[in-house]
Amino acid sequence: MTIFEILLLVLVAVLYRFIVSTQWGARGRGWILLILSTVAIFWLQPSMPIRFLDFWLPLGTLAITIYSWLLTAEFDQKRNRENWLAGVVILLLVLFIALTRYLSLEGLITANRPPQTLQVGIGLLIFVIVAILLSWLGKPSTRWLASGIIMLLAIFIILKLPVMSLWVSSMLRTWVGQSSAGASALDIRWLGFSYVAFRLIHALRDRQAGRLPAVTLRDYLNYVIFFPAISAGPIDKLQRFDKDLQKPLQLNGEVFENAFSRLVVGIFKKFAVADTIALIALNSQNAGQIQTNGWGWIMVYAYAYQIFFDFSGYTDIAIGLGQLLGIQLPENFNRPYLKPNLTQFWNNWHMTLTQWFRAYFFNPFTRSLRTHYRNLSPAWVILITQLSTMVLIGLWHGITWNFVLWGAWHGLGLFLQNRYSDWVKQKISWIDQKPIFQKSIQIFNVVLTFHFVALGWVWFALPEVTLSISVFTRLLGLGT
Amino acid sequence: MMELRFFRDVIIKALLLFVIFNLVLMYFPRDTEKEQISLYNSIVPGRERFPFGEAPQLAYNLSLYDLDAMFAAHQVSARPGNQNELRIFVVGDSSVWGTLLEPKETLSGILNEMKLTCGEQSLQFYNLGYPTISLTKDMMIMQRATRYQPDLIIWLTTLEAFPLDKQLASPLALNNPQRIQPLVEQYQLPLEVTMLEEDIWSRSLWGQRRTYADWIRLQMYGFMWAATGIDQYYGPYEPAAWDLEEDENYYQFAPPTLPNEELLWQALPAALNLKGDVPLWLVNEPIMISAGENSEIRYNYFYPRWAYDQYRRELIQRSAHLGVPLIDAWDWIAPQEFTNSAIHLTPVGERMLAEGLAEEIEASFCP
Repeated sequence: MTIFEILLLVLVAVLYRFIVSTQWGARGRGWILLILSTVAIFWLQPSMPIRFLDFWLPLGTLAITIYSWLLTAEFDQKRNRENWLAGVVILLLVLFIALTRYLSLEGLITANRPPQTLQVGIGLLIFVIVAILLSWLGKPSTRWLASGIIMLLAIFIILKLPVMSLWVSSMLRTWVGQSSAGASALDIRWLGFSYVAFRLIHALRDRQAGRLPAVTLRDYLNYVIFFPAISAGPIDKLQRFDKDLQKPLQLNGEVFENAFSRLVVGIFKKFAVADTIALIALNSQNAGQIQTNGWGWIMVYAYAYQIFFDFSGYTDIAIGLGQLLGIQLPENFNRPYLKPNLTQFWNNWHMTLTQWFRAYFFNPFTRSLRTHYRNLSPAWVILITQLSTMVLIGLWHGITWNFVLWGAWHGLGLFLQNRYSDWVKQKISWIDQKPIFQKSIQIFNVVLTFHFVALGWVWFALPEVTLSISVFTRLLGLGT
Repeated sequence: MMELRFFRDVIIKALLLFVIFNLVLMYFPRDTEKEQISLYNSIVPGRERFPFGEAPQLAYNLSLYDLDAMFAAHQVSARPGNQNELRIFVVGDSSVWGTLLEPKETLSGILNEMKLTCGEQSLQFYNLGYPTISLTKDMMIMQRATRYQPDLIIWLTTLEAFPLDKQLASPLALNNPQRIQPLVEQYQLPLEVTMLEEDIWSRSLWGQRRTYADWIRLQMYGFMWAATGIDQYYGPYEPAAWDLEEDENYYQFAPPTLPNEELLWQALPAALNLKGDVPLWLVNEPIMISAGENSEIRYNYFYPRWAYDQYRRELIQRSAHLGVPLIDAWDWIAPQEFTNSAIHLTPVGERMLAEGLAEEIEASFCP
């Protein structure tokens, strides 16, 4: 998001707050938020080289959200008039956005001019037919819920695997009458798909486990496409989000104070600090140009701080906007670089992502291993679960060897730290009696953990394994 | 939860500090004689040529208009490490700055690599070229550079730098009218300088935002310059035209006479005066002499033969009259040693030029 987009969203959020704090506005809170979020996902979707894709992808977000709601909703919910109304509102909004093609030769709400009305009509018809078919399903079955998750993972793999996204880009280009010669794996940039997928999988899994409360289509859409958190999280839980959504809102000075202080801090972190440090941070261009190991270390440190300030800045902005809109989004960062071990680092870095993986992969997988492989030693269980969880987190960023290695780096680090801390605890129990020594060890651990994480970013920041290895050798003073 | 009072106090204090800071900026007299604060030459090494770059993120370099910031980023403003050196400033256009050349491949870079000496004293060459063609821009740089105690100034130039229309076309000259106007007045140059409107607000933080943003970026790119030694993006380029158009005109000037009043010949005595006692050498820089289509009419894309020949004759005559040593290097370099322009040399071409100049320096400059 650009600073202009953020400031405009802040203005919209303030106006929303004023409106929904009135008696009339309070009744329409969910509807107003739905309209804002729907328009926002079209508006924020970046321009893409494939014709009309900046219109179809936000529509895709709406479609998969509505389909997943239909998979999770009870039969009588699907027949509820209010839910049908939400569907109609979405259809009308999409149609309205499509009709803006007649108001401007360039995109008015979308990045480019929307497709022809006939094409949009056909697209919406297909969308409605699939929705009607899904609405005929009876009680949500495990099989249908599982197929929903598989579908989401399949889209995810297509988007994150360069070979697949290149193939899809070529196909789409041919389809819309563009040359496939210029196709690139970076052509398809689906705004917030990763976060949308997390929320949808959470809803589908919680439905399977019987933990999902009954929510209306409107509130479900509001949860999934909540615009402050669409592009960079945090990943909220539907249960918690819905509670905030039902709370009456008031014009409260304290809320504005907190929201604006988060926004100011977030904007400063992102646009003043992170964007400045980015000029000297490690990247694929400068990695092969480093001349001395000292400067190499500075570039690695710069990347570590750039990614922190960038991401935590965006989180602050999302939380600030959320507060104005009456939703208290969860925290994502809590001084992660000041933590004395890797476990604590991951408990305080992108917290909602790690909580998600813990809830939907790590814990079930650990339980499964313990149940099905009773002879497996605890150490093996820890190694397998931590390694696989971290590799999956790596793959979530992109299906490349560098992200696999980044995940493995942290998985092995967590395992070693787990084993080491168990062993060392027994050896140095006397340390509790010596506060100065304890403090020194604490500082050493913080520095060590930071460096482990910072070196891990060398895998993360660069696109190729060979390039990362050359940076490591340079950092160690071995490269030429 | 923060209290409302605390929040209010923070805002009031921040506003107050902001206002005070702006007032200081607006009303505090600026000392242009003082060196600007810079990370260069202290935390990071000074640049070997002026900041200039059209692709900052690839070149770790950027174009800016603040001459003080440019000098502060250049190694010329560092305190001389060796007191026993003679400082030679090489001034000129992009051919001196070194378009498509690494710093060590530029004229100054090669001359330094030769480790020339005058008796006990080593010769240190400083690249003060800047990639736009204008004599006025060169004079502005020369004047600013005199504070760094040069022992010799070598000024490379070509006909393209002389037309009056070209003088203020350089963005660096255009955006520094406060430096150009005194030169125009003192030396009665036939130029009309448009002064930038400067009110009190333009001196505030808001008015100076571009300057400050450029300064910050320049400092940040200093780290990348130090880390990589890169200060230019070397993209693919079109070679200088070999086959030429059948056009005898030089801009609006038709043969047979190049009107001297349309060229800034006044720059030569002016430069001689403004550099004080420091010796000045003029170099008529090498140009590509094409043998392609229509080469009997034109030397290259820039110059019809008649216009360039007249310019050369005039330059030789005027420099002799002024007593300025002139090295007429116009045909020193073979045409295949030019890159994307009729004045940009390959590393081999630069070496040939450097060797020729080194001979002249050793013969004429060293006592």
